[in-house]
Amino acid sequence: MTNSAKGESSRGNAKIRCRNYRRKILDISQKVSALHIAPAFSCTEIVDAIYNEVMRIGSQPETDDIFLMSKGHGCMIQYVILEERGVLSSQDLELYCKPAGRLGAHPDYGIPGIAASTGSLGHGLGIAVGQAYAEYLKGTSLRLFCVLSDGELQEGSTWEAMLMAGNLKLNNLVAVVDNNDFTGLERMSTGHPAFYPLIEKGQAFGWDVEEVNGHDSLELVTALKKLSDKPRLIIARTVKGKGVGFMESEPIWHYRSPSGTEYEQAIRELESDLS
Amino acid sequence: MRNRFAEVFYELGSQDSRICLIVADISPAGSIAKFRSEYPERFINTGVSEQIMIGMAAGMAQRGLRPFAYTIATFALYRPFEMVRDDLCYQNLPVTIVGIGGGVSYSTLGATHHAQEDVAIAMSIPNMNIIAPCDPSETAEATKWCATQNVGPVYLRLGKAGEPDLTSQAIDPWQFGKVRRIKRGTDVCILTYGVITKSAVELSNRLDAIGRSCCVTTVPTLKPLDREGIASVLSSFSDVVIIEECVSRALTMEVKALAFDCGSRCAIKSFSLKDEFIHIYGTHDDLLSAHGLSVETMFNVLKS
Ligand SMILES: Cc1ncc(C[n+]2csc(CCOP(=O)(O)OP(=O)(O)O)c2C)c(N)n1
Repeated sequence: MTNSAKGESSRGNAKIRCRNYRRKILDISQKVSALHIAPAFSCTEIVDAIYNEVMRIGSQPETDDIFLMSKGHGCMIQYVILEERGVLSSQDLELYCKPAGRLGAHPDYGIPGIAASTGSLGHGLGIAVGQAYAEYLKGTSLRLFCVLSDGELQEGSTWEAMLMAGNLKLNNLVAVVDNNDFTGLERMSTGHPAFYPLIEKGQAFGWDVEEVNGHDSLELVTALKKLSDKPRLIIARTVKGKGVGFMESEPIWHYRSPSGTEYEQAIRELESDLS
Repeated sequence: MRNRFAEVFYELGSQDSRICLIVADISPAGSIAKFRSEYPERFINTGVSEQIMIGMAAGMAQRGLRPFAYTIATFALYRPFEMVRDDLCYQNLPVTIVGIGGGVSYSTLGATHHAQEDVAIAMSIPNMNIIAPCDPSETAEATKWCATQNVGPVYLRLGKAGEPDLTSQAIDPWQFGKVRRIKRGTDVCILTYGVITKSAVELSNRLDAIGRSCCVTTVPTLKPLDREGIASVLSSFSDVVIIEECVSRALTMEVKALAFDCGSRCAIKSFSLKDEFIHIYGTHDDLLSAHGLSVETMFNVLKS
């Protein structure tokens, strides 16, 4: 196979995986309404690329690459991937948000596969800097992937972590910003125009910055695999609610589950996108 | 509660141009949307940035405005804690921090969203005032008081939505700094505040039904605490029950200390959240039950 043919086939595989993940999340939404669908759909390709194409996961947890979901409310995508990998069980998903289960609407440290308790925005990158520094001191070669929302870059704490990672030249740290240009309330570029430009801000803080299409798995994988002597910041341009037209860039879908008919329409859209 | 707050806030804000609302990326409920479109310059969204929400509120209050800072309770009080303490309390500025979902009503969102120790923490900061209304009409009264007071910073602890009316038949009126009898009784008195007052009223009805006449007294102002009012409860009843959706270092410990100080002989039973993070997800009632705060559990303890 030529390189471009290989690329096309892995792109195709990622597309099928991501379609299945989105469908599984929609299925769960019909049993429990407490979940953040659009935030998870926004970073589906990002989290898929990290887990399924880039992370080195072997038999020894001590040396495995680390995934840290800083935008904790997007954790549904992580849960379904962890279930597919056998780290979580199907019963865990069955009992999502039920008193007998152990998975809630935000990741809880202690649950298999969860690197930190997040849910309050703007904590993840600081913890990631601490973990990455510990691995540097230990002399391991693992890499740490941290997924942030653009809303988290409104928190001062995230910028403190950015500075510290730059100071420490943590080249084992990769942060991916799910840049869907939305927070809970409004469009960032309208409500908070000083948020942009982002690339220059990251560079000024000592990071190696790259911008990609956050729904293009090939672009993501290429950017994620790149090594640098600095921490890597990947700004992934995304669409909140990606994959289901009526959810895309519509703030109400930040925390809302579809009705029965909306669910059916959403499933039809996911299916037809693949044909 | 959220909606009643919004209605009253809109009315007050329409009359007083000093009143502003600062939110940190939270969709404001009900009439706040109207406030936002009619007075866009007095509605500020800092984004997911709670520290500047409190910092700005302090500066605006210093220059004569009446800011309300509004978000989920944990993010209103814990995230910008030092700004709350130094900028608002130390400087003693009339700013109202509105915490939505006080207690553990965000019951599927995990411990990051549980304000389970908020009252205890707020109580320990000098100059802080704390109001935790039990229903929509106490919320309305409290909001009016907050908008017109010159006392200092207030932590206004609200629930979410759908709380029933509990005070239209109340015996005493709402008054800042005063306890309030909302249901008569002679044998037992329940002291409580906030959303869980609904359970307290249910419990009191069940106690009435087994022949133990039960009064319900709310403590809407947790700080400054109405020591006289509570001392009078302690001296008038042989049994006092404290119910709070917070760890016990809040009302429970204050009342017990006061009982000791005034030599009270009454029996005190208390029900509060345990000193533990909650790793359970489900309904609000599921979480309260896990900490012994269901009406059934409390009734079984008290009936014997
Ligand atoms: C410190 C903190 N403040 C507020 C919230 C409430 N909250 C949950 S999600 C969200 C914003 C969502 O926007 P963004 O962070 O950009 O995530 P995405 O658009 O990817 O869902 C907010 C404000 C929170 N979880 N943590």
